[in-house]
Amino acid sequence: MQTTHRYKFIFLALILLLLFCFFVNISLGSVSIPNAAIFNSIFGSIDNNSWHHIIINYRFPKALTAVMVGSGLGISGLMMQTLFRNPLAGPFVLGITSGASLGVAIVTMGTSLFGGLLLGLLASKWTLVMAATLGSFLVLLTVLIVSTKVRDAMAILIIGLMFGSISGAIVNVLSYFSSAEELQQYFFWGFGSLGNLSWQEVLILFVLYAIGILLSLTAIKSLNSLLLGENYAKSLGLNIKKSRLLIIISTSLLAGTITAFAGPIAFIGLAIPHITRQVFNTSNHKILLPAVFLFGAVIMLICDSIAQLPSSDYTLPINAITSLIGAPVVIWLLVRKRKMMF
Amino acid sequence: MGAINTDIVLKTEDLAIGYASKNERTLIGSNINIELRKGELVGLIGANGIGKSTLLRSLTSVQPKLSGNILINNKTLERYSNLGLAKVLSLVLTEPLASKNLTVFELVALGRQPYTNWVGSFSKDDIDIVNQALSQINIEALKDKKCFELSDGQLQKAMIARALAQDTDLIILDEPTTHLDMYHKAYILKLLQKLAKETQKTILFSSHEIDLAIQLCDKLIVMTDKNVVSDEPCNLISKGTFDTLFPEDLIAFDANTGSFRVKK
Repeated sequence: MQTTHRYKFIFLALILLLLFCFFVNISLGSVSIPNAAIFNSIFGSIDNNSWHHIIINYRFPKALTAVMVGSGLGISGLMMQTLFRNPLAGPFVLGITSGASLGVAIVTMGTSLFGGLLLGLLASKWTLVMAATLGSFLVLLTVLIVSTKVRDAMAILIIGLMFGSISGAIVNVLSYFSSAEELQQYFFWGFGSLGNLSWQEVLILFVLYAIGILLSLTAIKSLNSLLLGENYAKSLGLNIKKSRLLIIISTSLLAGTITAFAGPIAFIGLAIPHITRQVFNTSNHKILLPAVFLFGAVIMLICDSIAQLPSSDYTLPINAITSLIGAPVVIWLLVRKRKMMF
Repeated sequence: MGAINTDIVLKTEDLAIGYASKNERTLIGSNINIELRKGELVGLIGANGIGKSTLLRSLTSVQPKLSGNILINNKTLERYSNLGLAKVLSLVLTEPLASKNLTVFELVALGRQPYTNWVGSFSKDDIDIVNQALSQINIEALKDKKCFELSDGQLQKAMIARALAQDTDLIILDEPTTHLDMYHKAYILKLLQKLAKETQKTILFSSHEIDLAIQLCDKLIVMTDKNVVSDEPCNLISKGTFDTLFPEDLIAFDANTGSFRVKK
């Protein structure tokens, strides 16, 4: 019973931390806005029109995106690590990022190969989102079809990695024939970005993200029985193929949409589940799943706040920050506890 | 000795087991007719590679049978849903746990999964049954320990408690005594005997501990490359079944002591 109290305490602390980080994240940016004005803007009264515009149309959607990206990638990473019984698995083992990268690479760099056909579409951000979505969807569809055929989950893991290699190779070939300008556009996408999303885009992201999260909640029970191994899980009445499909669909919805809108955000999906297991010292998904949600959101908000370099005109690439901040945390936790929880 | 009541929990009719692929059929055993009754402790013995695991895998629907019927509580295995089967049959396997970071209580509580709701919350009854299983196996003291902290013997007890918490008429264990020392081998099998008697569950296990199995089981299933026989241990001894179990060049069965001796 003592442990339940401890869990409640950590959960409460995390929720408060999340609210705090959310507020700090909104208060930071190239224009400095007083805290009181931020409060007023969020709760409806307007002190200053341009401040209000910055907060409501730029910083607020960005902070929401950070929350969705962190929690969504964390939860998909957790599900993949349990499904594949592999601490190195992350949301991208199914080949989702590679599919998305391939889609984006074809749009940004394919013009030299395909002539002027795509040239007109190039500038639009929606084109990139569409290309990333289509790319990850196609790779995912292939993995899904394969996953219903194979008996061992490990085979899916390897097939996902193989798809990653194939698309990586195609991207290499494309970049070999590309101009410097096209290459730059592709690389900028690869840095990842949480900002620049309009409310409309945030809404689309949210709907797909919410479906993914709901599906992951229905997978909690299956994930717990999978901790015993697939044969035991089956003997507990679990339909392995159905649960596997459910977990894969949920992961791809979360990781696929997030990658499409925010670019390939590295590291979060792999690290958050490990950090959470170390702090909560449990493998029970009823506790892990909400905890990963909170940790993911908090850490992503912190990373984004750092990337935003307080009151400066530059924003560092979020993808670099997540690894710079996250990797030492994981190393520190592992060394301090001397024992990997998995 | 022998079961008093006549409820048949597990029954096979002309069962043939083996592996079938598109163009090949490997027969491992055929004409298998066994009957397991309520409250019986049954040992499955046979030499390495004779097909004990294949038989257990077929009985537990992990792998498809070739022909014949398997009936659990007078209902063929095919007519059970995954969930339905989980409520009549629980397993203790040789494969290691995918995660040993669960506490013993959490591990045993997973046995309640077939009965819990979509998110797996436990009712008071579930908790009571888990605690009862822990006390029947005598591991209440371990319940907050993590599985990686346990010895092989303790972990095996926890796995048996988990199967018990699943509250099924039939428990099947695949070689529950491997990796254990002599004392714990006897301890686990004695425990199974006690559980079969007290809970009236039918317990089937495969084992290489033939002498222990002869002493403790109500019935033995003996697999040789010729046939599969099942009977009470003393009948099997008088029929000379154990003489056919292994090649005769190294060891011989001594009917007086009920154990195998190395030939001098």
